[in-house]
Amino acid sequence: MYTELIKPENLVYTKTKVMTDKELSYCPGCGHGTAHRIIMEVIEEMGIQGETIGVAPVGCSVLAYEFMNIDVQQAAHGRAPALATAIKRLWPEKYVFTYQGDGDLAAIGTAETIHACNRGENIVIVFINNGIYGMTGGQMAPTTLPNMKSSTSPYGRDETEMGHPLKMTELVANLPGVYYVTRQAVHKPSHVRKAKKAIRKAFENTAKKTGVSFVEIVSNCNSGWKMRPTDANQWMEDNMFPYYPLGDIKVDGLFVNK
Amino acid sequence: MTEEIIIAGFGGQGVLSMGKILAYSGVMQEQEVSWMPSYGPEMRGGTANVTVIISDERISSPTLKKYDTAILLNQQSMDKFEETVKPGGLLLYDPNGITRHPKRTDITIYKVEAAAEAAKMRAPKTFNMVVLGAYLKIKPIVKMENVNKGLKKSLPERHHHMIPMNEDAIRQGEKIVELVQEV
Amino acid sequence: MKELRLMKGNEAMAEAMIRAGYDGYFGYPITPQSEVMEYLQAERPMERTGMVVLQAESEVASINMLYGGAGSGKNVVTSSSSPGISLMQEGLSYIAGAELPCLVINVQRGGPGLGDIQPAQADYFQAVKGGGHGDYKLIVIAPASVQESSDFVKLALELSNKYRNPVMILTDGAIGQMMEKVELFPQQPRWTIEEIREKKPWATFGKPADGERRIITSLDLLPEKLEAHNTHLQEKYRTIEKNEVRYEEIMCEDAEYIFVAYGLASRICQKTIQLLREKGIKVGIIRPITLYPFPKDILKSYASKVNGFFVVEMNAGQMVEDVQLAVECKEKVSFYGRTGGVLPTPEEVMEAFEKSFK
Repeated sequence: MYTELIKPENLVYTKTKVMTDKELSYCPGCGHGTAHRIIMEVIEEMGIQGETIGVAPVGCSVLAYEFMNIDVQQAAHGRAPALATAIKRLWPEKYVFTYQGDGDLAAIGTAETIHACNRGENIVIVFINNGIYGMTGGQMAPTTLPNMKSSTSPYGRDETEMGHPLKMTELVANLPGVYYVTRQAVHKPSHVRKAKKAIRKAFENTAKKTGVSFVEIVSNCNSGWKMRPTDANQWMEDNMFPYYPLGDIKVDGLFVNK
Repeated sequence: MTEEIIIAGFGGQGVLSMGKILAYSGVMQEQEVSWMPSYGPEMRGGTANVTVIISDERISSPTLKKYDTAILLNQQSMDKFEETVKPGGLLLYDPNGITRHPKRTDITIYKVEAAAEAAKMRAPKTFNMVVLGAYLKIKPIVKMENVNKGLKKSLPERHHHMIPMNEDAIRQGEKIVELVQEV
Repeated sequence: MKELRLMKGNEAMAEAMIRAGYDGYFGYPITPQSEVMEYLQAERPMERTGMVVLQAESEVASINMLYGGAGSGKNVVTSSSSPGISLMQEGLSYIAGAELPCLVINVQRGGPGLGDIQPAQADYFQAVKGGGHGDYKLIVIAPASVQESSDFVKLALELSNKYRNPVMILTDGAIGQMMEKVELFPQQPRWTIEEIREKKPWATFGKPADGERRIITSLDLLPEKLEAHNTHLQEKYRTIEKNEVRYEEIMCEDAEYIFVAYGLASRICQKTIQLLREKGIKVGIIRPITLYPFPKDILKSYASKVNGFFVVEMNAGQMVEDVQLAVECKEKVSFYGRTGGVLPTPEEVMEAFEKSFK
């Protein structure tokens, strides 16, 4: 009975060709798949599949290149902005973006992040913040919330000993080389739509050569957080969003007044 | 022909640039040259020295322990390098500030009052060129026309107006160099 | 018309980068090689050839900029000195694993640790045995003059692209800082996009409309696939060993003893053998130019002909192990070295030789 429905005129959505057919390796409920998809959809809509070079990190999304049907380099842990810097400088007409997690971007790669931002490289940085190290099995990240448990903070993150959650996004917003800073989420359709708009704006910005466009996506890690996916999303809204509030921070080089 | 030279003095006396002009003069007459400075913290205000080798043949070691010629421009350099002149070799020095004059009897010794002369010319920065003139008078290993070319090559364009002044200093050095002892 | 200049080794390498047609230089200042970037910046390479020069925030960033640049098909280069090169080892391992052509220059200084800023050759093992993690090799070339410092920058571009392998120029603070006469080679054009497309179809500069996307990675989670990649790398290294050995023989025809030294140490030894020959002792030098691949065969061929080998290095004894392996202990192999940035003098090398072989 369904075959009657499968007709071109009934088609309302199709997977972008800029995603490969490879099955995603991410845990069910993880935000990575959606984040990948909206970036690839923007690339398709802008018609820049042949003009875009992605840089994948080390972390859960180390295999991002398996799913993104574009040219990709897989960087050493934390160094994606260095790779992107060189690629963009050597190919100034191309679109170059990095896709990095919180350990990659805000711990081991802090220097590369800050300096690429400070030089105002004309790249997009997509920062997936789920407050934990997913790939290595749930260790504490620089963005792990106060008192939040992880395998290396089993009694909760004690800020007096383990430091405070790092707000990289607010930090880089202060740099004059950074033109657009926004914090988004992808756990609900309305958020996905907003996040996709932000990604589109970021890619369009880099063509204007105005500096770094930095898009944080606050995401979940139900495996690392040891929750069911729906509970993880709720926990994210209740705990992550208050610490990492969603919305634009800097647009067209100017801070957004709140 | 191979001439192995050490030039030593205070940083700021133009020791390295004098060596560079000499080396560039060698390049201008298509000889092999090497210019090996002491470098690092000691260059900043302390003593500076440079080994210059000019040869018709391929140059082996750019660093040496014995030299054909030592050009010594302060007491520390005299203390350190007098002994490194090969027997029968040449020591050229400026007596200005020297309290312990060379004692070797098996080498040829010349002196040049270069600091005094440069002061008299009201061009203290040409001190090193007075010394170069003195040296080339004793050992004309490079032709004067090539020294002029070397000067042009090693001075940045913005300093080219100072070339005539430097050439005067070289001629002055040739005139005032004095033999102390010959072997 | 010959273009002769008097230049420092560091300056000659920088000029050669522009002339050889490199697309990008990424580096971080460190003595005794800072003249490389200083010279480049003063020369405005973007105006001369379109070459990008960027001062990175660290050596870690520099080498990863090389990884990005090389992966995107461009000819890229960095330079540093010993402590900075240690910082680059992770990136070099990735670059070797992903088979990316590029040039890394090590103007060595005294170590270990922060050491000093005087010339040394103590990074030999690091350069020729791998340095970073995993089974990989760099092609390692050691200039002994300012002329070779210039020429090898151009050679490195050819070799790195021929084998899709990183090349290291292993030089030292003395060759970097000293000036010699150098004949500059003429300006070579940078590769055009068409050339990159043709010669580096694997590079990531935008998925071709009619072809597959390209991926640059050193990751392979399946052991069998990673082993196959390693086997491929090893086969490549065997080819390099067959084709690219370079060395110089100096006065070896009638030699009864052979000195083995590279870079500045080989220059010092040339003076020593002059002094020894004046005394009637027949000595020659084999100067490895490529340290990897190491000139084993030529050393082996002399093993039965001479009375001994004398290895001189500015370290505590590193290449001497490769010489011992090459001659299979058929003849006595002795060693003399100075460390910490102290240069051996020709005379003390002679004394050490005479003591070893009296």
